[in-house]
Order: sequence, then structure tokens, then C-alpha cells
Amino acid sequence: MKIPFSYTLRNFKQRKLTTAITITGITLVVFVFIAVLMMAYGVQKTLQATGSADNVLVSRKAATGEISSIIDGETVDVIKSLPYIAKNAEGKQLISPEPVVIINLNTISGGLSNISVRGVSDKAFELRPRLKIIEGRQINFGTRELIVGESIPKKFKDAALGKKLKIAGDFWTVVGIFSAGGSGFDSEVWGDALQLLNAFNRSTSVSTLTFKMTTGEDFPKIKAEFEKDRRLLQFVPKIEQKYFEEQSEMMATFIRVLGTAVTVIFSLGAVIGAMITMYASVANRTVEIGTLRALGFRRRSILAAFLTESLAIAIIGWAIGMLLSLLLVSYKISTLNFGSFAELEFSFSLSGSIVISSLIFAVIMGFVGGFLPSVRAARLNIVTALRAV
Amino acid sequence: MSNSIISLVNVSKSYKRDSFNVPVLNHLSFDVESGEFLALMGPSGSGKTTLLNLIAGIDRPSSGKIEINGVDIATLSESSLAKWRANNVGFVFQFYNLLPVLTAFENVELPLLLTKLSKADRKQRVEFALSVVGLADRMSHYPKQLSGGQEQRVAIARAIVTDPTIIVADEPTGDLDKNSAVEILTLLERLNKEMKKTIIMVTHDPNAAKIAGITKHLDKGDLV
Ligand SMILES: Nc1ncnc2c1ncn2[C@@H]1O[C@H](COP(=O)(O)OP(=O)(O)OP(=O)(O)O)[C@@H](O)[C@H]1O
Ligand SMILES: [Mg+2]
Repeated sequence: MKIPFSYTLRNFKQRKLTTAITITGITLVVFVFIAVLMMAYGVQKTLQATGSADNVLVSRKAATGEISSIIDGETVDVIKSLPYIAKNAEGKQLISPEPVVIINLNTISGGLSNISVRGVSDKAFELRPRLKIIEGRQINFGTRELIVGESIPKKFKDAALGKKLKIAGDFWTVVGIFSAGGSGFDSEVWGDALQLLNAFNRSTSVSTLTFKMTTGEDFPKIKAEFEKDRRLLQFVPKIEQKYFEEQSEMMATFIRVLGTAVTVIFSLGAVIGAMITMYASVANRTVEIGTLRALGFRRRSILAAFLTESLAIAIIGWAIGMLLSLLLVSYKISTLNFGSFAELEFSFSLSGSIVISSLIFAVIMGFVGGFLPSVRAARLNIVTALRAV
Repeated sequence: MSNSIISLVNVSKSYKRDSFNVPVLNHLSFDVESGEFLALMGPSGSGKTTLLNLIAGIDRPSSGKIEINGVDIATLSESSLAKWRANNVGFVFQFYNLLPVLTAFENVELPLLLTKLSKADRKQRVEFALSVVGLADRMSHYPKQLSGGQEQRVAIARAIVTDPTIIVADEPTGDLDKNSAVEILTLLERLNKEMKKTIIMVTHDPNAAKIAGITKHLDKGDLV
């Protein structure tokens, strides 16, 4: 039979301060751990949402991101001649060859930061129907006008509606603000692709090309086409959503690895704290342990009681850390995305797997911290323990 | 056939200290009759507690045989011995050894958690045991809220709640004032006379020994 759980809980009350300190240690570690995972997941979600499953994004094979990708005008024409590109009601191909460049802008908090400027065709909006102008208006193609994602004006004062941005030596007017539903596009500035190519003297070389497929089932054929056609060998088509998901991978992995490394180091502190608390708890209750054993409780009941105690500390710490991290949900931050080298705004996002992995993490901390002290408690010799008065 | 419930044959106990063997009990042999009240006396360090621990099954002899109710307890495995203690031995300690975070009721209930009794049965037994020691009205008090004498009475209730064969008490009045001591001794006497419990009590107090039917004296590990 077990030693009742109420015994464990009431012992916490006896040692309020040490228990509270130990719980706080675990809470902080859990909070940092969850925050990091929420960040990584937020980046992933944001970039995943950027792409659509019906679109194909073509980039240069060797390129690690849109910035380093170049597709020349001839190749663009070859791709345009493929039969898999969807057409709109007017019979126009839904395709957008897009130059992407990085510019520096003053941030509101002082200092400079990178933002992505994407040149688009007038079909770009039909390709990405989730995109909506929420303030001002759409650009007039053929002019040096810009629209900016909704995250941009929050961080860059020069990019507000009506302001003029200096790009490639010329001034461009911000005529509208768009929302892309919390995706990566929200952190971009868009203008007419031809105007941008012209301003940067890039003739017809764009960075990437995105088109809508007539049907998603065509993708294997498209892929085969790129592997077969010698003119397309250096380029690779990807489902747009997949492309941005892969772009998020590096950033998310970086956050996760760095964050987990930091939390694991923190957790050593919390584990040692828990261990000290548990050793003290065993030492304080040596006579009680001897008494329980004399009354007939087994070693394993003692082990279980003390392990339960340390696991309870860990789970309480986890629960508080979890509640605290709920405050972060939807909180938006902006940071440099290594995929594009430009600022990307995203929000902390919680997932079921974060809840579970943080719980497992906390339980491991409680177990590791409590194991040795519990073993000591269980190993005590009855007579010696009873003499410890 | 004698009526003995406890039988020690040639029991020795020594402790290892560093590389030395320190003899504590030397070849003790004696019997205790069922329903007996035995007082163990002797100077400090003579081995009284050690002897009591052996009989109570929380320590093992270095050699010899201890039979209680026909069971050679030295041969039991550790977990069978724990079970045996839970069923057969009631413990009373000098410093009561109540768990401070549990109420009087919960302290007394503790040994019953090792049985298969239902919650209702446990409650009935605990209430009975506490009424025997005259503390039925203090069930929800914590040890801190009780006097030393009352704490020891709760401890006695805990010792009898499982209706054990023997009760071992190590200086049960050692930490009490005179009046409380008398109270505890009277209570133990009642358990012996009315409930027919076999009691073995270690004491330094000659007055305490008086209520016992038999007194044995230990000196340096020998019965004298
Ligand atoms: N675990 C142990 N390891 C080593 N020596 C021990 C141990 N337990 C007891 N002893 C020794 O055994 C001897 C007898 O101890 P015991 O506690 O039985 O005496 P006692 O008669 O109960 O004394 P007191 O009246 O002071 O309680 C002492 O010399 C003690 O130091
Ligand atoms: Mg003693």
C-alpha cells in the first residue's frame, strides 16, 4: 500500500519557502523552454502560411534563398511556355516572375534593419488570394509605387502610408498597406517587378518565379519537365508552401537548438536545486522514514513517496510555467530571418506537442532531481534512521 | 507445552565499527509468555534497545534464533518481515514518532493503510483505538497541538490499532513529566490486563518497572 499523497502535499506546506523556491526554478526553466519552442513554431507557422499548395515556386538549384536565386529572362520565357500554368477568366497566365532585393531602413527603435522588397506582376494577387489591401490602394503598375505588409509600418516609420522610400536612388511612394494573414509576406514591401528590375539594372533577371498550377496533380509532371529540359536543368520547381516551409526550417532549427541548449543548461540549475531540496527533505524526515518502515511500509513505498514529491514539485512548476507562457500566445516579435536575411514578424504559437514536450521535460527534471535523494531515503536502515532523533 | 509467545535461543548481536566487531548482545536465551508484561532495565549502552529491535523485527541477530508465535523471524525476507511487523508488532517510541503533517486520526490510521480494510472499517478501528487512549475528541488535532502525554497516547493508539500480538515500547515515559508518565504506564497496564497484549518495555524508571510482571536486567549485553 502506498503512503498517502496528502502526506507529500502537506510536507510542502511545512517547507513553504524551499518548496516555493524549487518550484520557481522549475517554472522559469519550463517557461524559457516553452517560449523557445513557441518561437520556433511561430516562425514555422508564419512561413508555412506564406506559400500556397496550388502554386509552384521556381528557383535556381544552387540558391539557398530567394535573394541568392537568379532566373534569367530566357528561362522565364521557357517556363511560361509550359502547359501546366493556370489561366484566369481573361485567359491570362497566373504567373509572377519576381525579383527580390533587400534594402536597409531606419527602424523606429533606432538603427537599421533589412527588409525584403519583392517585385511582382499584376497576377501576383490572383496567385495569392489571401492577400488584402487594408489601407490605401493597390499600386498602379508601370509607376514607382509600393505597398507594404502590415508588419512593416510598425517597425519602420519611413514605410508608413504616404511616405516616400528611397530605393536604388529613386523615391517610391507607399500607396497601400496589405495584410497577408500573418504570413511572411506581411514583413515585405511589394512593387512593380518591371520597375524594380529597371531601377536595379537587372534587365530581365528575376529571383524566383511563381505560378499557379492548372491542377495540383500536375506537379510530378512539372518536376519531370525540369529534369528533362536542358534549359531548365539549373532550376528547381517546388510547391510554394513547401518552399517556404523549408526556408523556415533553418531558422526554426536554429532557435530550437540554441534555445534547447540554453534551457538544458538552466535546467541543470533547477535540477540541482530540486536535488538539494529533496536531500534536505530526506534528512529532515529520517526519523519519519524509520518510523514508516518500522510500521511495515516497504522501501519501495518510501521511494515512491519521495519521487512523487519531487515529481509533484516539477509538475506544479510546469503548470505555472505553462500558464505564464500562455501570456505569450499571439505576442508578435520581429527578427532577422536567416532564410531571407530580412526582418520577419511572427507570433509565439503554442501547439499540443509543445505542451507535451515541456511536460516531459519537467517530469525529467523532477525525476533526475528526486531520484538519488529518494534512493537514499529508501535505502536508510531502519534502526539507524530511528536513532537519528 | 509452555505458553510462550516469544522465544530467544542463543541470540547474539554485534555491530561492525570500522573493522572491529563490537559485541552488543551475548548469547541471550529466554522466553516470554503470552500476555506477559516484561520490563527491560539496565545501564545506558547495555543493549536494551538493540534487544527490543531484534524482537520487533527491525533488526536481525548476528546469530541465534528468535521465534515469535512459532515464526522464526530471522529467516524472513525483508518484505515478508515488513509485512510480519505490520501484522504482529505495535511500536511505542520515546519521542512518540508521530508524523507532524498528519492529524491524530491519520497517524493512527497509517498502519491500517497496509491492510485490506475498507475506509469505513479503518475509521471504526481508528476511532476505537483513540477512544481506548481517551483522545476520541482530539482526532483532527495535529501532533503540534497536543501535549507530550497526549502525543504518546496517540502513538499507543497507533500501536494497538492493528490489534498486534506484541507491543514494544522503548522508554515510553522517558520524555514525559511525572503525571503524564503515570498516565501512560496506567494505559499500558490496561492494555496488558484488559486487552491481554504482550508488552515488552525498556525503561530506566524503577517505578515504571513495578507495573511490569517481570523485569529483566541487561548489563553489557548479558542478562543478569
Ligand atoms: N547501528 C549501530 N552501530 C554500531 N553500534 C551500535 C549501533 N547501535 C547500537 N550500537 C551500540 O550498541 C550498544 C548498545 O546500544 P543500545 O542502544 O542497545 O543500548 P541501550 O541499552 O538501549 O542504551 P540507552 O539506555 O542509552 O538507550 C551501544 O554501545 C551502542 O553504541
Ligand atoms: Mg536505548
